[in-house]
Amino acid sequence: MGFADFAFYLFAITVVTSGLFVVVSRNPVHSVLWLILAFLSSAGLFVLLGAEFVAMLLIIVYVGAVAVLFLFVVMMLDVDFAELRGELAKFVPLAGLIGVILLMELALVFGVWETAENATALRDAVTPAMSETQNTAALGELIYTKYIYLFQAAGLILLVAMIGAIVLTLRHRPDIKRQNILSQIYRDPAEQMELKDIKPGQGL
Amino acid sequence: MIGLEHYLTVAAALFVIGIFGIFVNRKNVIIILMSIELMLLAVNINLVAFSSFLGDLVGQVFTLFVLTVAAAEAAIGLAILVCFFRTRGSIAVEDVNVMKG
Repeated sequence: MGFADFAFYLFAITVVTSGLFVVVSRNPVHSVLWLILAFLSSAGLFVLLGAEFVAMLLIIVYVGAVAVLFLFVVMMLDVDFAELRGELAKFVPLAGLIGVILLMELALVFGVWETAENATALRDAVTPAMSETQNTAALGELIYTKYIYLFQAAGLILLVAMIGAIVLTLRHRPDIKRQNILSQIYRDPAEQMELKDIKPGQGL
Repeated sequence: MIGLEHYLTVAAALFVIGIFGIFVNRKNVIIILMSIELMLLAVNINLVAFSSFLGDLVGQVFTLFVLTVAAAEAAIGLAILVCFFRTRGSIAVEDVNVMKG
């Protein structure tokens, strides 16, 4: 067994077991940490497949942004998770049944699946040889020319998601005092201050 | 030698775990969102495996787009979750049907 085979089995087993722990873990914070491990080891799988750019993207986007977002929300919301997990055992038979059925369906597909004869002729963008160009450069060449509209649409989706998330979570609480900078700047000494001439020995 | 089938098996296992997670954590929306992320990861593994073994880069381009949509989905989902928690004080999925018009 070569090094690549060993690395594949290591990453594959880590992905599957950490995926399982994401689902069955008691504490959601642990779930998020297992999710991070699953993303990291699937990034390892992608490196083994020769897709370095997607692997790095997975680490940066998923581990760096999405998983941290999950962690942030889990820790910010004061939820009684023990209560939510109370009747976990009730759903296990149904979930197991659905899982087994789906696995059997996938196995059925797996048994009869074969590559089309002209599959290599139908390729849309043949991967250039490693000696010619690297994965990242080849991918960049593709998404900035042939898939430029899809790429822009992806950017638009992210923009809409960002605006949507801000609009959903932004709130103005009426019960707290806020600093109003403009009203502070426009304060006029002539209006705000009044000089009183008080004679000695008298009150106001 | 590791072939395409090995990667497809890993992806299938991960996808089934994601489905299992959705059904087993029926109350906890955060775990359900994480299960959806796991399923999208399985799809990505499939796409990259086929892309690598067929020598076609388009699979990786599509992985990029799946990744984008997954990130957007997680952000919006968590924003809705935070919003829901503010009004209800709980994230139990069973309470969500109070939203129906």
